[in-house]
Amino acid sequence: MNPLKELWESLLESVAGLGAVTAFLMRLIMHTPRTLLRFDLIVRQIFNSGALSLVIIMLSGLFVGMVLGLQGFQLLERFGSEEALGTAAAIGLVKELGPVVTALLFAGRAGTALASELGLMRATDQLSAMEMMAVDPIQRVVVPRFIGGVIAMPLLAAIFSLIGIYGAQLVGVQIMGVDSGSFWSQMRAGVDLRDVNEGIVKSCIFGVACSLIAVYEGYYAVPTAEGVGRATTRTVVTSAVVVLFLDYLLTAAFL
Amino acid sequence: MAKSSALNLGTGAFVALGFAALAFLTTQTTSRGVHISSPPHYDVIAKFDNVGDLKVGAPVSMSGVEIGRVARIDLDTREYKAVVLLRLNAKYNQIPTDSDASIYTQGLLGGKFIGLTAGGADTYLKNKDHIDFTQSAFVLENLIGQVLANFTKSSGSSAAPATAPAEKSK
Repeated sequence: MNPLKELWESLLESVAGLGAVTAFLMRLIMHTPRTLLRFDLIVRQIFNSGALSLVIIMLSGLFVGMVLGLQGFQLLERFGSEEALGTAAAIGLVKELGPVVTALLFAGRAGTALASELGLMRATDQLSAMEMMAVDPIQRVVVPRFIGGVIAMPLLAAIFSLIGIYGAQLVGVQIMGVDSGSFWSQMRAGVDLRDVNEGIVKSCIFGVACSLIAVYEGYYAVPTAEGVGRATTRTVVTSAVVVLFLDYLLTAAFL
Repeated sequence: MAKSSALNLGTGAFVALGFAALAFLTTQTTSRGVHISSPPHYDVIAKFDNVGDLKVGAPVSMSGVEIGRVARIDLDTREYKAVVLLRLNAKYNQIPTDSDASIYTQGLLGGKFIGLTAGGADTYLKNKDHIDFTQSAFVLENLIGQVLANFTKSSGSSAAPATAPAEKSK
């Protein structure tokens, strides 16, 4: 087989994959109104992908904020404007680092859990058993997980940004001695509501992307041990690439 | 049932925390903020011709020690002066009434702050008192404008004799 043909076929395959994901998203959206009636299922999934990710999100947010405080202080000190640290840290966290890092962590913590859970359900024929009992697995299993992830993600990103700003404040104000009033007042003056909105929109879209990729990979996993493992890996890799790509598009759109 | 209520509690706590974080980001980090109350203080008013880019929340210091914050900046539409409300810590209640307030810059590109210099009066500033002696912010553009104006004036007046321009700029 010549390499050109191989390339063409892999291209066709990826386009077909994109189409399958889009069709899957449409199916999920079609089933959403009926699943909303079973709110207890969604609550359980918000707990699984949101509340259980809290510790890793908060710890990462703290350290990212503290590093931002140190690096920002080092840089701004050269221009004698350390007071701008609050603005720099808040804008960096709210617009970029909050949504993106949370999405990457979310893919690693919650996305893999979703994909391997659904993949194992597929491998152990639980999904087929549901179909036999005339229970639609999409509606009963997949959609609640998807919606739970979509709801959890923006909240996690907001918590990440909040803790991050406190981390930057901890290093900048408590350790490096930036004036605390200037830190907060310059932040208030420099951060616009638009910046916060940009972060919220980004995290919502990343939430949809990460949850969709996780449930898609899990639902269509090859029903073997190896297939489930591969689905988990692909969830993380695809989510990371898609999130960073979407981040560029969204940032360009918001400018 | 007990398990499901624990689950609801966990989820509820997570969602509440998330929305609290969102509320904090939208109100406390942006300019449309809600301010939380501060320790005991008294307010002093100072009028400036020009405050530059002084911001609400900027420090008020005396001998380099922070004694308060800028609480509000307004425009007096009769005198066309900036009215700055200084919120001073109640601990520092022995500031002479004839002290003067100037606006300084922190560092090269830093924010503005207000420095108070003690006067010699025996009476002390009280709540709602005015500081009469003020000095405006140093505005770089005005200074450059003045230097340029001086330069063109001096080179214009001494244009006839053919001397070196480097000497004239002094």
